[in-house]
Amino acid sequence: MLLALADTPDTDQEDPVDARDGGAVVSGAPATGGSRSIGTIIRSAEIDTRLLGMIGALIVMWIGFNIMSGGTFLTARNLWNLTVQTSVVAIMATGMVLIIVTRNIDLSVGSMLAAVGMAMALLQTEILPDIFGIGHPAIWIIALAAGVALGAAMGGLQGVVVAYVGVPSFIVTLGGLLVWRGLAWWMASGRTIAPMDRTFQIFGGGARGTIGGTWTWIIGIAACLGIVALLVVRRRQKIKFGFEPRPMWAEIGIAVVACAVVMGATAVINSYPMPERLAMQYAEENGIAWPPGGLTIPLGLATPVLITIVVALVMQFVATRTRYGRYVYAIGGNPEAAELAGVKTRWTIVKTFMLMGVLVAIASSVQIARLNAATSGMGQLTELYVIAAAVIGGTSLSGGVGTIPGAVLGALVMQSLISGMVLMGVDAPLQDIVVGIVLIVAVALDSVYRRKAT
Amino acid sequence: MTQETLQRTPLVEMNNIRVAFGGVHAVDDVSVDLFAGEVVALVGGNGAGKTTLIKTLSGAHRADSGEIRIDGEKVIIDNPRDAKAFGIETIYQTLALAENIDSPGNMFLGRELRTRWGTLDDSAMESETRKVMARLNPQFKNLKVPVSSLSGGQRQSVAIAKAVYYNARIIIMDEPTAALGPAETKQVGELIKQLKAEGIGIFLISHDIHDVFDLADRISVVLQGKLVGTVNKDDVTMDDVLGMIIIGKLPDDVTQTELDDVLN
Repeated sequence: MLLALADTPDTDQEDPVDARDGGAVVSGAPATGGSRSIGTIIRSAEIDTRLLGMIGALIVMWIGFNIMSGGTFLTARNLWNLTVQTSVVAIMATGMVLIIVTRNIDLSVGSMLAAVGMAMALLQTEILPDIFGIGHPAIWIIALAAGVALGAAMGGLQGVVVAYVGVPSFIVTLGGLLVWRGLAWWMASGRTIAPMDRTFQIFGGGARGTIGGTWTWIIGIAACLGIVALLVVRRRQKIKFGFEPRPMWAEIGIAVVACAVVMGATAVINSYPMPERLAMQYAEENGIAWPPGGLTIPLGLATPVLITIVVALVMQFVATRTRYGRYVYAIGGNPEAAELAGVKTRWTIVKTFMLMGVLVAIASSVQIARLNAATSGMGQLTELYVIAAAVIGGTSLSGGVGTIPGAVLGALVMQSLISGMVLMGVDAPLQDIVVGIVLIVAVALDSVYRRKAT
Repeated sequence: MTQETLQRTPLVEMNNIRVAFGGVHAVDDVSVDLFAGEVVALVGGNGAGKTTLIKTLSGAHRADSGEIRIDGEKVIIDNPRDAKAFGIETIYQTLALAENIDSPGNMFLGRELRTRWGTLDDSAMESETRKVMARLNPQFKNLKVPVSSLSGGQRQSVAIAKAVYYNARIIIMDEPTAALGPAETKQVGELIKQLKAEGIGIFLISHDIHDVFDLADRISVVLQGKLVGTVNKDDVTMDDVLGMIIIGKLPDDVTQTELDDVLN
């Protein structure tokens, strides 16, 4: 977003509009300086301009960092790492969007990440091996299931206090932030728990936590087919109910651009090879002769990235295609109206907090598998990054507005900033200062944009 | 009010309803009733308790005491879902729309149409909304934008469509024309007459005494939470009703006895 947002032609007929600023303007405001024809093209193609703006800003940022870091930013290696580093925050940000959309907040996710992670780590290192023996395949399954259940219970508990007792979520989850952190310490008296179960480590990416080049291509191709299938289904639906579909050139254009992006990303991911030592080991295990020049074996998509993609798709489905998702947005737009329409608003809020807890557990399993250890200090300040990712991604703190793809992009923007500054050798305190300022500037630009749009 | 309604059981009877907020009696021992195919207007000054009374019927508020009967049977209405189950639909003064959601989303809120996989069927909902709007407000075509960017008349149309779509038997309208211009007000008037002809009972809350005389069959006047009385529109003048609203007394004895005849 950032600058690109302000420059985007004003064609947000399809955009959610901030409820607070809800004026009585019927049609979109005229384009502000931007070319009218581009605006018309975007409008008839029904593309989300806000998302487009964010992608534009991300590209500008990447190119900028690449120039300033002397060409080290836009390398397969850095981009591959960037995707992995974004995962933990991105997974939780998808849930935070829904929490914020219902006019709530969850400050406890960082501490919950530590508590759930500590519980999963203890289970797989100290409790379950005594029952099944080390390395038993049931261990990772039970540990993960217990973590997810614990996350849902912790989130649900907070949700009940918010929705049924009526304590503001800011207070409930501020309490949660302290309680869960204390619990994480208390569970192992502050010890670091390591190492994780061998199968569980796959969640973290790491040496064995990638799916290889072939599968990455297969997923890339499947994604392209999925995009095309989705476009076809949408078009048929529109025609079936007698609505005017997008012009054919727009449909084909969208399909081509989306597939090109997916295949491009797949190619970049697959051009990052295994480190030599790992490749040698891999060749040995698979009986491949080691040529004198070495082997270039692509690592492929890392498990955390795969998990993030799946989580984002599921959450996007939940937010836009299910009743529950509709109720979440309705509550955010007008809680009284939702209640009067017969929506069980309190239960919907409890479910949202439970969902957040489940996502925290998933993010936590990625985190402890990546570190190959659990500490009681894990995830400190992560809640702020998660909230920032959601907000940079266009989620309005006044509720009712926010999207899942926006939040994932927001997480990517934040991680790109941090990663870029690390590559440029910026000191840690200065990094914090920059991230803080960018957050404020992003939201400021966003509110200016919204005010103009309504 | 026609002769035949005399022999029938009222569609709705609200008997001795009381609602108190703290020590204040917002509604104090009020009884009103409504027959099928009839419009009963509830009038009174600001804060007289009209909206609170009606909220006990729509499920938005619970009454502290009193009973509600539908078709002569005593019913319990604890929440808006209960009310809808009895065929009671409400158009609220505030319209009660989720501003960030489009018109079909609002119209089907809480009762979404779903595909056979259980997902939201947005196309079907949009198509149904289009059909209803073709009848209610033919000029209103931009259904896919959030309600916040609609005009007052269009928002009102959505709120009304939300109530009339579901084969309601009882419709409560709280100031349905407050945000509307003359042409749209006339449209709502036509709609009320049409719904009445279909045998739907309507409680109409209004400040506009001309609207009331134009549309209502009977008029119930409330003042400071108490029922002043219910009169037959044809038996009173506007001045009589204004007198009831302001002074809180029935026009004169003659009307009182006639009224008793009709009600018994």
